[in-house]
Amino acid sequence: MTKHPIDMLSAAVSRRQVMTGAAGLTFAIALSRGDLAAAAVPAGEMQGKSLSPWVSIAPDGTISIMSPATEMGQGSMTSLPLIFAEELDADWSNVRVVPAPVIEKIYGNPGFGGMMYTAGSNAVTSYFKPLRTFGAQVRRVLLDSAARKWDVPVEELTTEPSVVVHGKSGRRLSYGEIAAFAEVPASAPEIKADELKKTSEFRLVSKDVMRVELPNKVNGSATYSIDIEVPGMIYGAVVRSPVEGGTPDKFDDVKVKAVPGVISTVRLPYGIGVLAETSWAAFAGKAAVEQTINWNRTGKAWGFDGDQGMEAFAADARNLSVPVTNDWFKQGDAEGELGKAATVIEGEYRCDYAYHAQMEPLNAIASVSPSGDAVEVWCGSQSPTMATDAPAKVLGIPREKVTLHYTLLGGGFGRRGHRDEEFIIDAVLLSKEAKRPVKMMWTREDDVHNGRLRPITAHYLRAGLDPSGKIVAWHQRLAGDRVTPYQDPVRYKIAGDKDFILMLGVELRSYDIANQYCGQIYRDSGVRTSSLRGIGYTANKFVTEAFLDEVALKRGIDPVQLRLELLKNTPRGRAVVARVAQMANWGTKPVDGHAFGFAFIDYSNSLLGGIAEISINRTNGQIKVHNFWCAMDCGIPVQPDNVVAQTESSIVYGLGMALTERISIKDGAVEQSNFYDYQVMRMRDLPQMHIEILATDNHPTGAGQMATPLVAPAINNAFAALTGKRLRETPMSPDRVKTALG
Amino acid sequence: MPITFRINGQAVSSDAPPQTPLLWIIREQVKLMGTKFGCGAGLCGACMVHIDDKRAFSCQTQLSEIAGRAVTTIEGLSHDSSHPVQKAWLAERVPQCGYCQSGQIMSAVDLLRQKPHPTRDEIVEHMSAHICRCGTYPRIVRAIERASQEG
Repeated sequence: MTKHPIDMLSAAVSRRQVMTGAAGLTFAIALSRGDLAAAAVPAGEMQGKSLSPWVSIAPDGTISIMSPATEMGQGSMTSLPLIFAEELDADWSNVRVVPAPVIEKIYGNPGFGGMMYTAGSNAVTSYFKPLRTFGAQVRRVLLDSAARKWDVPVEELTTEPSVVVHGKSGRRLSYGEIAAFAEVPASAPEIKADELKKTSEFRLVSKDVMRVELPNKVNGSATYSIDIEVPGMIYGAVVRSPVEGGTPDKFDDVKVKAVPGVISTVRLPYGIGVLAETSWAAFAGKAAVEQTINWNRTGKAWGFDGDQGMEAFAADARNLSVPVTNDWFKQGDAEGELGKAATVIEGEYRCDYAYHAQMEPLNAIASVSPSGDAVEVWCGSQSPTMATDAPAKVLGIPREKVTLHYTLLGGGFGRRGHRDEEFIIDAVLLSKEAKRPVKMMWTREDDVHNGRLRPITAHYLRAGLDPSGKIVAWHQRLAGDRVTPYQDPVRYKIAGDKDFILMLGVELRSYDIANQYCGQIYRDSGVRTSSLRGIGYTANKFVTEAFLDEVALKRGIDPVQLRLELLKNTPRGRAVVARVAQMANWGTKPVDGHAFGFAFIDYSNSLLGGIAEISINRTNGQIKVHNFWCAMDCGIPVQPDNVVAQTESSIVYGLGMALTERISIKDGAVEQSNFYDYQVMRMRDLPQMHIEILATDNHPTGAGQMATPLVAPAINNAFAALTGKRLRETPMSPDRVKTALG
Repeated sequence: MPITFRINGQAVSSDAPPQTPLLWIIREQVKLMGTKFGCGAGLCGACMVHIDDKRAFSCQTQLSEIAGRAVTTIEGLSHDSSHPVQKAWLAERVPQCGYCQSGQIMSAVDLLRQKPHPTRDEIVEHMSAHICRCGTYPRIVRAIERASQEG
């Protein structure tokens, strides 16, 4: 593992309520985009003079920088302000990080069409260039101001951390001193790309600093939405229909009203709410009413059985007379080349439903005004934009009437980025009824039962080989439960009705395979589905990398050798493959009873090679992963140690997806309830992890979830190497292992 | 009859129903928010506290069981994050989302109190009572080893 000395620099995270009243001078101008006078609004929450919507500098040198992303453990609250601070040449120890207000036109994520939305491991990727430019613009304003003050050409000035220096005269002015007299120009100075720092000049980027919110995470003071209390607040719980679209018919509220502390029940369009004086009373009330509700079987998924659904999907995938709904990826003529190929190999794979299991059960606090014309919301959402829009839509009020306070998230993993933000709506509707603030919490059981799942998919693949064994055609038919139109109809439309959350990752972009086709057989069971860490990549890379291993076996060629051949036009890909093979001593004989398996993936332009070393307990069917090696190239690692941490995290998550995590659906509803019947990885389940980040000068790409899809195929391929049998489903649970071994 | 006990050295009296889980007393009556609700079933450890210096799932401990006893939460570990385990947690940059970490830290302190120099296997066995969905486990191991050496 790459170790970097960590700098215990002390940039502090500030809570916005703490900032109130701390502002100094408040004239503000939108430096970066000329038309953004709205920047004056957030500037009021900053300390000192606002030099752009992104930063203000106080006379004592304190620099407040806006953080436009939500923080769910991935580190963006540090890395994005750090990128800005780099080009500003700020002294990081005097930086405070302020969560940006919900103003999309300033703070929106360029990677999501300007929405404030943190997902897809793209925050650093998308904000990297703009934040560098904005930081450099503010530095230029400081330089110009100092040049005027000293009456010297600006070319003679340089900066050191938070200081402008005139080398000839030895004069120095701190940023705080300059901010006191700086004149902010009417339009932002132009910064050319070659005026930005060279990577070799970075002082902050690609050096480790302490994550700003970490000190609060070891003493209990970090605030998640579940910790928020507001005056006059009561507590709420909700029984949602077990199936999306179901509505409550009759229910018996005699027992629930007898529960001490229960105030009332609330009929919601999709369930029954309970209001109470404490959380415990709300949960007890919910338990009392839950079994008495008679559900109208409106909605699509009633009667749907996940196991039967999987069989039907698989049959459709392999039955070539079942039409493909849309062509997801087409390159060359895969169908035609298959017809001409010397050898055709076929394979089938399946992936089950899975659940996010973020540690903080979903919750929100809402305070609807007595007349219902405004609402204040406290929540942990991956998208402040969606968390503002959804309550406005439900209440039928303008979004300006929604005041959102977004907090740290106790895990996201894709669960908190649904357009309808249904858990926030639970709180909003309860508060509307109660006419006072309500903290609405789901229990863990609610969180599982209301889960929005990684969908089931069934895959049928064919590879055509020429007489020399070269892959000339690659063809896949994927029948899967739709995700994007359910999760986010708006983005689905924008994408031209493409179910990208389901389908991404089936295409083999880095490999030299001229003729490729992947078609989606669109299926809609009505089951709630979601982007789950790794999205389509987790299923799709499992399938393609396992099938490629089948091709290698068929050809009698080493799997690593095959990847190196296929990556002939992708030198960065070859580098991670070669490096991970070296790390794991690929090619040496494993310990008796062990085997190695290899996988390569490209994911949002990050490249990864992985190797698993496994053994099998043939009595109980358990796969034991002893070691996992991973080499990754994600361009410039903005925070190298955090990239390692995120990769450890992604591997652990991938192990759960690969080995144990499975949701089953009966009569349209989730069968599991809590961590006793939904098994996630614990410390005792882990392999030794060996991670190396191959730092390159390329634009930084995703790092928050890239290794999750790497795990299952590496384990699957190791299993095949060890047993000669191929597992064809994830999770590769003990029952399936035993079946495969006969 | 109110039930009295101590939290972090302070006397507390509660007239909540005696079967109320300690977790909710800590959070909603005493207003100490560092102890988290994760599963309500003693399966994840987010709610871990000490009762008379031994770890306990506060979601599985009823108010009636703690009469006259002493409860310690993450807030009671130190006033300034100076407990050796807290320092080690920062030095190894353990937390990601951070939600489970109060409970993890309370369990680690409990382990080191029982066994100042635990083996790796003992660490894994003890800490497998917890779930960290961010998968910070390797860093938790390192932090406990560091606290054991430096503590």
